Amino acid sequence: MLRAMQIEVNGRPHQVDAGTTVAALLELLGVQGGPVAVERNQEIVPRAEHGSTALHDGDRLEVVQFVGGG
Amino acid sequence: MSTSTHTNANSDPLRIGSLELASRLVVGTGKYRDLAQTKAALEASGASMVTVAVRRLELGSPEGDGLIRYLKDAGYTLLPNTAGCYTAQDAVRTCRLARELGMSGVVKLEVLGDKDTLFPDVVQTLEAAAILVKEGFTVLPYTTDDPITARKLEDIGCAAVMPLAAPIGSGLGIRNPYNLEIMRNQIKVPLIVDAGVGTASDAAIAMELGCDGVLMNTAIAGAQDPVRMAHAMRLAVQAGREAFLAGRIPRKLYASASSPLAGVIGSKA
Repeated sequence: MLRAMQIEVNGRPHQVDAGTTVAALLELLGVQGGPVAVERNQEIVPRAEHGSTALHDGDRLEVVQFVGGG
Repeated sequence: MSTSTHTNANSDPLRIGSLELASRLVVGTGKYRDLAQTKAALEASGASMVTVAVRRLELGSPEGDGLIRYLKDAGYTLLPNTAGCYTAQDAVRTCRLARELGMSGVVKLEVLGDKDTLFPDVVQTLEAAAILVKEGFTVLPYTTDDPITARKLEDIGCAAVMPLAAPIGSGLGIRNPYNLEIMRNQIKVPLIVDAGVGTASDAAIAMELGCDGVLMNTAIAGAQDPVRMAHAMRLAVQAGREAFLAGRIPRKLYASASSPLAGVIGSKA
């Protein structure tokens, strides 16, 4: 059984398995491959590094998209 | 989008950095009733560039309404904004996220200082602009109608300066035409009135003053008939620009007759 980690996604607590990558998280959230951008602890995680970037306990993520606005 | 919306005024494009926009009207994409109304209004406006916001994905419903996909497919230049940011740091983070979302790095920098007036915090705006310019962004900052701040933003390397005409969404129109004129005279980069326009004449006045473009959202989206107002704004921006280029007559206190003074019937020969 993998150890669970506590992270925060868009201001809400989430629990994921240790070793979960950004790409895996996006898949869990159902947004893999979508037009989203990810920031981890206030640093951009480039799209090309989603698969190789493992999350750590306590990470704070922002997953954003464009919406209509003025 | 039909090609007719993009072929107007092509001989007089708005150039911002390496961007070349056929229309001098930039419109927002918020506050519309639905996607169909957004599409129709944008098309009627003839705008080439439209603003979008960066927001957290709603994790329950990540699909959205297809607006962004439509905008991209229709060929609009997207201008991501930092609306809602109150610190330089948040604005910079938002711009970095926007660039990661696949945009070229052209951003509308907006750092607010007050929730009631939505006036910009110019100190935070200058700070964020300096960081973003250094990181290679093409920065279009929303600012007050203060000519000194405008000059500082230009000195930092902003690609345009976007003063408010009145508070965002207020529809109060051009409250300080004299400052806009001074700014136009003192800075070289494009000057775009951003916020405060209420109706077509406001947009025309901004352009007649020599502004290079007008950015608006609420004036169109909040109108009784947004699509019709979008068209009115398109005409107003074009008319104002033409009037500016044509060069208006000086204001005079007394009349100057338009018809010949001689030969009026009943007069002494």
